[in-house]
Amino acid sequence: MIRFTIRRLLSGIVLLLVVTSATFFLAHAAIGDPTAGLLGNNATPAQRAALHERLGLDRPLLAQYWDWFSHALSGDFGTSWRNFQPVSDQIALRVPVTLSVVVSATLLAAVAGTAVGIATGLRPGGHLARVLKLASVVLFALPGFWVSLVLVMTFAVRLKWFPAVGYVPLTQSPSAWLSSITLPSVALALAAIVMIAEQLRNGFVEVNRQDFVRTLRARGLSSRRVTLHVLRNASPAALTVLAVMFVGLLGGAIVVEIIFNLPGIGSLTQSASQIGDIPILLGLTAVTVVFVVLINFLLDLVLGWINPKVREI
Amino acid sequence: MTDAALRAPGGPVRAERALWRRFLRRPLGVTALAVFLLVVLVGLFAPLLAPHDPNFVDFTLTQAPPSAEHLMGGDSAGRDIVSRLLYGARTTVYGAAIACLVGVGIGVPAGVAAGYFGGAADRICSWISDAVQSVPGMIVLLIVAAGTGADFTVLMVTVGAFMTPGYYRISRSRALAVRREPYVDAARVAGLTHARILHAHMLRAVHAPVIIQSALTAGVAMGMQTGLQFLGVGTASAPDWGQMMNDGFRTMGTHPLILLWPSLALGITIAALAFIGSTLADLVSVRTEPARRRRTAPAGGHAADAETPASSGALVHTVEQSVLRIDNLRVTYATAHGDKEVVRGVCLDVAPGEVLGIVGESGSGKSQTMFSALDLLSGDGRTSADGIWIGGREAGRLPRAERHALLGTRVGYVPQEPMSNLDPCYTIGHQLVEPLRAVHRLTKAQARDRAREVLLRVGITDPDRVMASYPHQVSGGMAQRVLIAGAVAGKPDLLVADEPTTALDVTVQAEVLELLRELQQEYGMALVIVTHNFGVVADICDRVVVMKDGRIIESGTVGQIFADPADPYTAELIHASQDDSESRDDLDAAWHEAGQKVHT
Amino acid sequence: MNKESAHVTTDSQAAPLLEVADVVVDYRRGRTTFRALKGVSMTIGAGECVGLVGESGSGKSTLGKAILGLAEVASGRIRFAGRDITHLKGTARRRLAADLQVVFQDPYGSLDPTMTVGQILAEPLTASGTGRAQARTTVAEMLDHVRLPADTVRRYPSEFSGGQRQRIAIARALVRRPRLIVCDEPVSALDLTTQAAVIDLFIDIQRETGVSYLFVSHDLGVVRRICHRVSVMYQGECVETGPNETVTRNPEHPYTQRLLLASPVADPARQAVRRRSWLALRAPATTPVP
Repeated sequence: MIRFTIRRLLSGIVLLLVVTSATFFLAHAAIGDPTAGLLGNNATPAQRAALHERLGLDRPLLAQYWDWFSHALSGDFGTSWRNFQPVSDQIALRVPVTLSVVVSATLLAAVAGTAVGIATGLRPGGHLARVLKLASVVLFALPGFWVSLVLVMTFAVRLKWFPAVGYVPLTQSPSAWLSSITLPSVALALAAIVMIAEQLRNGFVEVNRQDFVRTLRARGLSSRRVTLHVLRNASPAALTVLAVMFVGLLGGAIVVEIIFNLPGIGSLTQSASQIGDIPILLGLTAVTVVFVVLINFLLDLVLGWINPKVREI
Repeated sequence: MTDAALRAPGGPVRAERALWRRFLRRPLGVTALAVFLLVVLVGLFAPLLAPHDPNFVDFTLTQAPPSAEHLMGGDSAGRDIVSRLLYGARTTVYGAAIACLVGVGIGVPAGVAAGYFGGAADRICSWISDAVQSVPGMIVLLIVAAGTGADFTVLMVTVGAFMTPGYYRISRSRALAVRREPYVDAARVAGLTHARILHAHMLRAVHAPVIIQSALTAGVAMGMQTGLQFLGVGTASAPDWGQMMNDGFRTMGTHPLILLWPSLALGITIAALAFIGSTLADLVSVRTEPARRRRTAPAGGHAADAETPASSGALVHTVEQSVLRIDNLRVTYATAHGDKEVVRGVCLDVAPGEVLGIVGESGSGKSQTMFSALDLLSGDGRTSADGIWIGGREAGRLPRAERHALLGTRVGYVPQEPMSNLDPCYTIGHQLVEPLRAVHRLTKAQARDRAREVLLRVGITDPDRVMASYPHQVSGGMAQRVLIAGAVAGKPDLLVADEPTTALDVTVQAEVLELLRELQQEYGMALVIVTHNFGVVADICDRVVVMKDGRIIESGTVGQIFADPADPYTAELIHASQDDSESRDDLDAAWHEAGQKVHT
Repeated sequence: MNKESAHVTTDSQAAPLLEVADVVVDYRRGRTTFRALKGVSMTIGAGECVGLVGESGSGKSTLGKAILGLAEVASGRIRFAGRDITHLKGTARRRLAADLQVVFQDPYGSLDPTMTVGQILAEPLTASGTGRAQARTTVAEMLDHVRLPADTVRRYPSEFSGGQRQRIAIARALVRRPRLIVCDEPVSALDLTTQAAVIDLFIDIQRETGVSYLFVSHDLGVVRRICHRVSVMYQGECVETGPNETVTRNPEHPYTQRLLLASPVADPARQAVRRRSWLALRAPATTPVP
């Protein structure tokens, strides 16, 4: 267990190194001279040169990156190039908003997906299963922002059930908070719900075909008990999808947040990329990668608990 | 053996060639394909089809409602929406095509190579693929968009790079699966180079899944593309749907139609792609799905050519005298070629303490007979019978719950393949204890004691260790003992063993047969052994029924059947199981004597 | 075939076609290694059929794989027609395909389902540079050899039964007219009645072409019918080698005796006797859990 954790930690750090360095060099290659974006078109060459030096852009790229990475490992992501505020402060301000949406979407997906998955898995030929199939095909492909637009048009603009835009912190008013994140969470969760339900349904069909299910029935176990066995065997695929979806939701949140005008990492990403604020972009990338590593670590723990066989591979 | 996957009739290539033909028979698939082709054509010929210049600004048209001249009205800048939609289709299709090409071009070769060669190449490629999947794609895309001055092609190449892991994974898993097939080893032994094997065998195997993946990928790429454009990434000169949606989004409160049109276009296109993909996936998976246990009787077996044949076999005991009695049992499966009857009117019975063998080759319906008698038939088989009695009660007419209550109490079941018959997620102890508690209402301690006791009885010397183990931690022979322990733990009157020794090594086989014999005598159980091996019958059975093509062709006591088989098929089977037939030396001697003629 | 009708006598000592000496094969499973073969030696003469009998995990299939170059040999030597082939790789190994062929157990997996039988059979020929027309003639000839109709070439493997597929696999092994075929459990996936026919086909082909077989099987009955000599494998070692009649009738090694007695015979009276002898021979600690 300790070995496993250490291995995971090391591989997570390597992943962080690879992904952030790739982002770093890509950003520098793509953006070129960031001072143009930061100062606007009216800046004089002298102003730009001054900023250039202040940002340390005259040093070799590799040295700049290493500087960033060694500080990042201790939690210091540097300062923004635009307002010279610490990156970690700005991200820490935004992350709770994004996490509210993404985590509630994930929970929604897990609960609703499991419920629908079990209902259709028990009757794979039934009407619900057929509807789910059609829904999953379409909803999986449709982008979250498209769904968001439809939801906003229907529930906010037409029915006025929810606010169309804006965010209320949980500490300010729990009910307003819930109401402000409901539509974005649903928009993000819909695809995940059908994916998880579909995985679970397929898992049920697959597991039901296995010999041990017949043997369990032959031992006289009730259908409810047999279903529990089947569910446990069918869940790894759905859980893996859930973890992958979580990563996807973090990315999808960027556009959805902009539609709902939520002050999460989405708008920060957009503005930082427009002006070429590389420290902010790197910080955002690093935070996302850390989440990914954490989620995958949790996933492996849960999968190992569900099916002990995977522990030994 | 009964479980060996039976490939669907026709086979893959036939099916693949017929795949498009079958695809065209699916209304949903055809509609989706037509819609998608329409979008592609519209994109290609947008300059010819568009009624107006998409960028021409006519201030009178600003946010105008639909009219005869402008079918969908005008946008916030006073441009014709229809024309912009048509040109937008061009952008969308072009972008999706680039993303798919990049994904296929990198992902498929890498995946096939990784799956085929394995080792370090596989580990490195898989790590990279996982790394790409954990990169926040949207951030990178926004960086690329900001830097390159939003060059659309570069942007879509980047989108394609994020699609690569999807292609990589399916190609790799297909290649891995094919790599394990003996025909690839055979090709290597036949002297084929790796390049030729990759080309001839591997690429063939991945091409259907890659097409399906492409339909999905194209849809997802379109979504990402429009999402970026919605955020303001894109060129002003070429109209695109995302930009149009953004325009509509800003005036959503007052002019919802402006948002509706591009949203509809995008939604319908992506849905069409998704349905193409899912229809194809359905068709392909139908062909790879092994026909579940529908072991076809080699000759005929169609309901059409076998119009309710008379029942076969014989009932030799009265209802009261038999622990199991089956009268005129039929099992039918619905197949693509009509109903297929795999058990065709079987009659048999077993007296308490009697050992009955049901013998036949694969596809004879022997296992199906017992499964349906116990109501353990999986899949969509239908059973009908004049009567099924278990322990003197007519099980066929009992309510489902009461019928199931007979299992585990009156009837025990020992399966064929030991490893696949234990739930891999639970310890062996749990699997033995659970039925004892749930069905036999024992307390936890009682159930554990009873489980330990039967494990000792079936020859497991350290029951506590075995109970704490998971199925993958024990050998096949041990697993079969555990299954036998589970079957007899409830002290049944009847034990049904389905090819209990077939999957085992010869020496373990003998041990298991010996164990079954001992248990049968000790508990005074009736035993039904389903087998293809007349050696097993000779070893343990009192009576035997011989099955072929879903019918009983002969039944009688063991002495009678071996001494004087009435049916030539029985005689042939018995002869084939005799390992003391002529040896190679005898055959060669005879051959030399006969003048070295090769018989054909 | 234009080759001389083979001599079937087993004077393999003269110049063995295949010579396996002290071969060791290790399999790596994660961090641990498992020794699948612990120094196995054997010979096969020209026109001879040698059986390799054992249970799962005995290493019998591994030996076949080592000979074919599909398993890495850790130590020891394999000589074929006087030439060391233990570690042949790449082009040299591919050239060996002309002399050394294989028939696998699984009649479903051993033929590429996406190719026609004609393509499958011609593949080894065209891969080695044979012209198309020549390949077609050879394929037709081979189909005739394995008693399949000529129109088989246009059909797909899935259209055939297990026994027919195994005939196709045999034809593929034969197309390059090899001197040795490794047969890895070639009949154990078939029904009993089909088994007998396929075994007879193996014998006929050996008589017609003089090819040698290494016949890997778990079934002493099958081996008895087809092999001239038999080696018995147990836990990576060869415990007994001898003429067919001896090994399958009066084996010396206790393991072989147990193996022989463990398999039930289709005759109630004789099986009762056999069972008693088996019980007497069974290891004293009643049931050593495997």
